[in-house]
Amino acid sequence: MIEVKGLNKSFGENHVLQDINAKFYKGKVNIIIGQSGSGKTVLTKCMVGLHDVDSGTIEYDGLDFASLDFQDKTKIRKDIGMLFQAGALFDSMTVEENVMFPLSMFTNQSLAERRERANFCLQRVTLPNANALYPSELSGGMKKRVAIARAIAMNPKYLYCDEPNSGLDPKTGLVIDKLIQEITEEYNITTIVITHDMNSVIEIGDNIHFIYKGKKWWEGSKEEILRTENKEVNDFVYASEFMKMVKKDLAK
Amino acid sequence: MGPLAHIGRYVIWMGRVFRKPEKWGIYRRRIFEEVQNVGYNSVGLVAIVSLFMGAVLTIQLAYNLSSPLIPLYTVGLGVRDSILLEFAPTIISIILAGKVGSSIAGEIGTMRVTDQIDALDIMGVNSTGYLVGPKIIAAMISNPIIVLISMILGITGGWLAGILTGEVSSSTYIYGIQYWFQPYYITYALIKTVVFAVIITSIPAYFGYFTKGGALEVGRASTVSVVYSIMVILIFNLLLTQMLLHK
Repeated sequence: MIEVKGLNKSFGENHVLQDINAKFYKGKVNIIIGQSGSGKTVLTKCMVGLHDVDSGTIEYDGLDFASLDFQDKTKIRKDIGMLFQAGALFDSMTVEENVMFPLSMFTNQSLAERRERANFCLQRVTLPNANALYPSELSGGMKKRVAIARAIAMNPKYLYCDEPNSGLDPKTGLVIDKLIQEITEEYNITTIVITHDMNSVIEIGDNIHFIYKGKKWWEGSKEEILRTENKEVNDFVYASEFMKMVKKDLAK
Repeated sequence: MGPLAHIGRYVIWMGRVFRKPEKWGIYRRRIFEEVQNVGYNSVGLVAIVSLFMGAVLTIQLAYNLSSPLIPLYTVGLGVRDSILLEFAPTIISIILAGKVGSSIAGEIGTMRVTDQIDALDIMGVNSTGYLVGPKIIAAMISNPIIVLISMILGITGGWLAGILTGEVSSSTYIYGIQYWFQPYYITYALIKTVVFAVIITSIPAYFGYFTKGGALEVGRASTVSVVYSIMVILIFNLLLTQMLLHK
């Protein structure tokens, strides 16, 4: 489990995150939603240590990440997998080399063992014949799958997904969402998905956090978010015509 | 961000470059790859520039030394000292700052704006050490070799120009390049080259590493890094010359 307590982060005069308290549960897909500029990405970057926090704690299974030194942070980071919005694959490496990279850096496995693990991960994300391709030769959906394969190569305890289906067609987006859900349940990991796609929220969200103007505004399940009376959450959830139709159906 | 803040951040960042590597074997392999990128790929350019510069130096010196009181072997001596003391270590380093530096800033800047550096950091890899350390070490190994090649080719270019134009005979030129030869000049040139190698690689890498934005900012970082590298090379050239040649 990951627990954030009293987290504050400012950039100059801009108080981006204000007293954020949130719990992200193991074996669940925890979703962070909110409008662009609400602080979702900054919150995630603080949680993975890419930004230093001004105050507050981030506990990974009881261990305060923010207070650790570089060496101890590295130990926790080895348990973190991250899927970036654009994949963030190393473009000078092939797909197989990308997936093998964390294994090469942090394990003493032989090349054959690393290859076997990479092939297993690539098969798990249903991308078995792309080993020799470079990221520039992949479609958006394939890049996301390779990024997921790389993220799970080290058997992480925690998986972060930053807008996993942005830039994808709805069908491929759904495939990626389902893959994240399956992997979360299969490996019993703490998954955090940052998104503003309500389809993802409804499809895979177990525990949803709504961030509004840098504050943790609301928390609940996907069933609760559809019926909440909170104005800001409602404005966000039912912004599209499609969701307005869903709302009418729910009201019947 | 002011110059002092940049210097402070650069010093702290350089401290991270030389942290203990996660795996020596991977870093060793990266150094060999970078010797190819940073050093070997520049040999052709350096060879052409050195040959022509040596040739031009010979012709200019021969043209200027028209007095019968000055012996003609001075042309060889002048070409040799110009190339050993200044052209090979400094001018070649400035050329490499343009060629290699812009490439390093572009490569690392692109990795920054496409989240590849964040991906390394989140994995627990020391991104600075992994990306920049091997480049610096590769340049410190390969640049002195390139500069030695430049010295040989520059002096050869001068010799060829002397013969082909008929300005200086082969024997006179060879006598000139042997006359009052100071082996310390080569040591001095190589010390400068190693210092410049660190500048050529680390400054562009620094600007690339802290790039924010997109393609436009990567291009800007690349240009700015070359300008700063050249300025720092010139400053260090003056300081090192004063330190190493001061009697």
